[in-house]
Amino acid sequence: MSAHELMSLLGQESLATLYMTFVGTLVAYLIGLPVGVSLVVTGPNGIKPRPVYNKVMGFIVNVIRSVPFLILMIALIPYIRKVIGTGIGPRAITAALIIAAAPFVARLVEQSLLEVDPGVVEAAQAMGASTLQIIWKVLLLEGRPSLINGAAVTMINILGYSAMAGTLGGGGLGDIAIRYGLYRFQPTIMWITILVLIVLVQVLQEIGIRIVAKSDNRIN
Amino acid sequence: MAEHIISLQGVTKEFDTKGGKVVALKDINLDIEKGDSYGIIGLSGAGKSTLVRTINLLEQPTEGKVLFDGESLTGLGNKDLNLNRRKISMIFQQFNLLMQRDALGNILFPLEIAGAPKAEALEKAKELLKVVDLEDRAHSYPSQLSGGQKQRVAIARALASDPEVILCDEATSALDPKTTRSILGLLRKINEERGITLVVITHEMEVIKQLCNKVAVIENGEIVERGEVQEIFKKPKTKAARKLFFPDGDYREKPLTKTSTKNRVRLVFDEANAGEPIIANMIMELGAPVNFLYANLDVLGESQKGQMVLCLAADKATADKQKAYLTAKGVEFIEIPEDEIEEEVTE
Ligand SMILES: Nc1ncnc2c1ncn2[C@@H]1O[C@H](COP(=O)(O)OP(=O)(O)OP(=O)(O)O)[C@@H](O)[C@H]1O
Ligand SMILES: [Mg+2]
Repeated sequence: MSAHELMSLLGQESLATLYMTFVGTLVAYLIGLPVGVSLVVTGPNGIKPRPVYNKVMGFIVNVIRSVPFLILMIALIPYIRKVIGTGIGPRAITAALIIAAAPFVARLVEQSLLEVDPGVVEAAQAMGASTLQIIWKVLLLEGRPSLINGAAVTMINILGYSAMAGTLGGGGLGDIAIRYGLYRFQPTIMWITILVLIVLVQVLQEIGIRIVAKSDNRIN
Repeated sequence: MAEHIISLQGVTKEFDTKGGKVVALKDINLDIEKGDSYGIIGLSGAGKSTLVRTINLLEQPTEGKVLFDGESLTGLGNKDLNLNRRKISMIFQQFNLLMQRDALGNILFPLEIAGAPKAEALEKAKELLKVVDLEDRAHSYPSQLSGGQKQRVAIARALASDPEVILCDEATSALDPKTTRSILGLLRKINEERGITLVVITHEMEVIKQLCNKVAVIENGEIVERGEVQEIFKKPKTKAARKLFFPDGDYREKPLTKTSTKNRVRLVFDEANAGEPIIANMIMELGAPVNFLYANLDVLGESQKGQMVLCLAADKATADKQKAYLTAKGVEFIEIPEDEIEEEVTE
């Protein structure tokens, strides 16, 4: 493979990886964020304790989280194929990523919101704020730096998952590593792929840290 | 009959804990009049915070009723409760400001909640920053403010909803003495100038003396004594109240082991009888000495009051003469029971 071909392959598969990472994270948050919020709000010390809902939802989240990602994905592929028509490629993998990551996101969001000072929540209650107002204006706002931090962690995790999914024909950088690095034993390509992955992770992490620092008004 | 802005009727609060049932409040009946600055004082764990939190129903009473402006809050739906809560502001020991919003943003918060028009709200929030002397710190975040400044922001926030009552739970306990005085001064001004009723929770008598016209003493979840601060200061009836008037370390067990605990009296002097050397005259005229155990000058709101604990003559006849002398001179006093000694403060 010429250097040019290699570059274009890496470029293309990097994009596929980023696509899976961003879309996966976004949709995982669309599901996980409300679930995480609901776990905090309905928790034993929440503003609207609902023990039954809390237990059931907490259980579902835990069950999905306890299945290792690769196994979960293998188990899900037949169903994904039924729904979206294909069991391989970035789209199918993204669907699996979302299902695997959403409960992870829910727990991270829960953790972030539990860190919000209960005194501030109580002050808002004393002012006559509604549950929705407390969620929007207190929990999500005060928890913002921690939430952004969690989002960066999630993205890096999903990037790692998506690379692993390459082994299942998912496309992306993981796919290159398997096909060229392992099957054709081209260590150079393997190492270049690893390098690209490291760079991507570092960039995401750095962006996350910067946004957190900028958005957190407690430290300046 | 004066108007009761807040009325607690037979309020009991029990907590279910792993260690069993904790009764934090027992059958509390309390009426607070419009414009009062009502102190609630007691030692740690007495139930003060629980009591004040039942007033705005942050704590749902196990039994009993809470009336606000004649209307029962207990049993209201969330929406109506929230509307009423806007009329009852609260300030806290730990300030409880939003860390991610600046001073102005914090003051805007209750206005946003109430759905006030933006421009109007901003105008008002700026005005309130002036009231609390912080107009130059509008865009400082709580992490950039001192404790006293944070409490000022919290007070401005409390005023934003035009409340009828402000509940203060240990509002100055995290502050140094000088800052405490300035915050108490600000609250006093708010009470006097705006006619806002204050409910002041504290474990420090100094706060009551500087800020309140009425006080209730709470012990083990029960109100054991209540009334005008001036009256209770002159004649505290219960041991709990007496204890609170002696600051730590001034009146302890140790000096008393060397002196008698018989015939002790506590006197209060005010402007009316402070001019004359009554005790000196009494000693000379009756020819019997007394032992000074404690003396202090207190400021109660605007007035000054001296308090003194004396050990009168050991024999009953002379002691009675001394008491008659004091009464004749118009000095109010109470007798301290022989077995009452200040315990070492354990905590
Ligand atoms: N949520 C709770 N669960 C269980 N017990 C509680 C709870 N809140 C308060 N209590 C108990 O109720 C009693 C009164 O507590 P409260 O906080 O009202 O006291 P306090 O007078 O405000 O004390 P402090 O001066 O230390 O703040 C205490 O015995 C306390 O342990
Ligand atoms: Mg308390």
